[in-house]
Amino acid sequence: MSQIAAGNIEIDNTSDDPRERQPLVLRGRDFTSVTNAVSDIAERKTTMAWKVAFAVAVSFLGILGACIGYLFTTGVGVWGNNQPVSWGFPIVNFVFWVGIGHAGTLISAILFLFRQNWRTGINRFAEAMTIFAVICAATFPGIHVGRPWLAYWLFPIPNQMDMWPQFRSPLLWDVFAVGTYATVSVLFWYVGMIPDLATLRDRATGKIKQIMYGIFSVGWTGSCRHWHRYEKAYLLLAALATPLVLSVHSVVSFDFATAQIPGWHTTIFPPYFVAGAIYGGFAMVLNLAIPAREFFGLKDIISRRHIENCAKIMLATGMIVAYSYSTEFFTAWYSGNLFERFGFYNRAFGWYAWSTYIMLFCNAIAPLILWSKKARTNMLIVFIVALFANVGMWFERFVIIITSLSRDFLPSSWWLFKPTIIDLATLAGSFGLFFTLFLLFCRYLPVVAMAEVKSIMPSAHAHPEQHDELSGDEFRTDYRPDEHFRPKEKDGH
Amino acid sequence: MSTVATHTIEDTEDPELLGRVVTEEKVELVGLVAEYESVDDILKAAGAVRRAGFLRWDVHSPFPIHGIDYAMGIRPTILPWLVLVGGLTGTATAIWMQWYCNAYDYKFLISGKPVWSFPANIPIIFELTVLFSALTTVFGMLGLNKLPQLYNPLFKSERFRRATSDRFFVVIDASDPKFNEEQTTQLLLSAGATAVERVED
Repeated sequence: MSQIAAGNIEIDNTSDDPRERQPLVLRGRDFTSVTNAVSDIAERKTTMAWKVAFAVAVSFLGILGACIGYLFTTGVGVWGNNQPVSWGFPIVNFVFWVGIGHAGTLISAILFLFRQNWRTGINRFAEAMTIFAVICAATFPGIHVGRPWLAYWLFPIPNQMDMWPQFRSPLLWDVFAVGTYATVSVLFWYVGMIPDLATLRDRATGKIKQIMYGIFSVGWTGSCRHWHRYEKAYLLLAALATPLVLSVHSVVSFDFATAQIPGWHTTIFPPYFVAGAIYGGFAMVLNLAIPAREFFGLKDIISRRHIENCAKIMLATGMIVAYSYSTEFFTAWYSGNLFERFGFYNRAFGWYAWSTYIMLFCNAIAPLILWSKKARTNMLIVFIVALFANVGMWFERFVIIITSLSRDFLPSSWWLFKPTIIDLATLAGSFGLFFTLFLLFCRYLPVVAMAEVKSIMPSAHAHPEQHDELSGDEFRTDYRPDEHFRPKEKDGH
Repeated sequence: MSTVATHTIEDTEDPELLGRVVTEEKVELVGLVAEYESVDDILKAAGAVRRAGFLRWDVHSPFPIHGIDYAMGIRPTILPWLVLVGGLTGTATAIWMQWYCNAYDYKFLISGKPVWSFPANIPIIFELTVLFSALTTVFGMLGLNKLPQLYNPLFKSERFRRATSDRFFVVIDASDPKFNEEQTTQLLLSAGATAVERVED
């Protein structure tokens, strides 16, 4: 086992002194002990805490199943949806979960391109979180019309009606955006996991584990000829996923922005939605990472610096969100448009004003504390701010959808939306789905990208001065391997 | 394949020997596995093996090593070109699909929108370009690496399991034209190997 003394010790590596580079993997862990620390989580006996958490999560998943069953057998009348608020909770929940799903791919793709090495500590489970959040999100449009047997209408599938979907509608763009995002996120997650699954395969003792990890690690041997193409593939995926992350919530925002409802019809929506999604996504990453590093003993790998960096991103995106709120209000007033003005007056003083104030407090006021480094490095404070952000982001979507739809142009078509108990239970149940998947992931898969963490450790880098006499030209930056490498014919040896 | 200690029934007429050989499994030397402890060691070893003129060999490591491509003389992969083709296929598919569905096969007037308007088609063109590129990237990478390959004689070596954890290995294939068990072993050891092991299949 590792030579690191047991204990999950908190070490402060958040110094910003440029004269000393702060380590990302603490307490002198070497490759062996990184492997051990991470693999052990998937190898050790199931803990009581996990069983209890899993039982709770599965119970909520059961609630979701029951709610959906009730919906399908009875109809959408079980929800509070009405005319004009026909989108109701399901679309609020959809946008909320899709938003959560932004952090994972942002961490894996954008921070990869920016060479942010600290991403390696948290990218794996942030990506897992992304996928599970997108699964939760995808549930809601699927059940929203209460007729899941017609879900194939979403896709361009030749059918008996000889009809095709309407590609000029942002709702169909959404199908493609979320579908592509889900697919690419799964690919990214899985490709990143292959080397780590191979590690678990090579350490596995039981037959079943050997076979399962063996199949999913596709026979990975760590060959450097494979690594070469693998790294290129990873870079390409990152480059492809970067605009994709930004596009998904932009397209989701088109669902609103291309409509004419007051409060929706604004050009600020795409950047505002993307910033909000990253803000909410990082909040969820922190809500998961802070307990996980505690329970799994990963404080050396997900160090305080990692948490502080996430908090900084939350602060930055939270400020963009706050700025967007003020721009929205200002533009509504400055436009002189009667309906826009009323729409925002209604948000601030109407029947749903309380939700606007929850949103403003959680997203614009609460993150302000993160300006203080003391707060950013205090795990409890960061955790609580992240909880606020999650609540706030849910209410942001509630405000946008519910208040705008319930008070559109004609007072004769106004109506209030009141969620039913089934609405609330479905929302709670979607968390059950999310946590069930997440707990299974924590139990059976490598929660930290071991190979990537190892590659950023100081011992992963060669010391060129040692190689002068042996390999000389290999370390010249202009070295072209092809000029020297000429495959020779087999000479019948 | 150079075979070592492999006897077939045709080799002998002696019934006693025959009986013994038949029960023996046919074992071939697949290659030599040499273990190294650090990144510096493996880079030196890789340089030495390449300069010795070996062609069928590989380095195995728990993570991608910076500089190993140069040390081993690995040529750049064609993967990006495959991805370009995949991406353009996605673009073309999206344009064709939207034109066929809405402007040709089933013209449907809604909200006064033109049946064929490029701006409205951009989001799906973008999404399918990315989707096709990403699928090409992943399956292209696996294909070029000849994965999945669930059986590999290297998996028989207990020592080699550390290749996915904390050790670095040079594997030289016995089918390499320069391969000679004794000399190759010497070369690997002199390059700093902590152990050299035969892999048989």
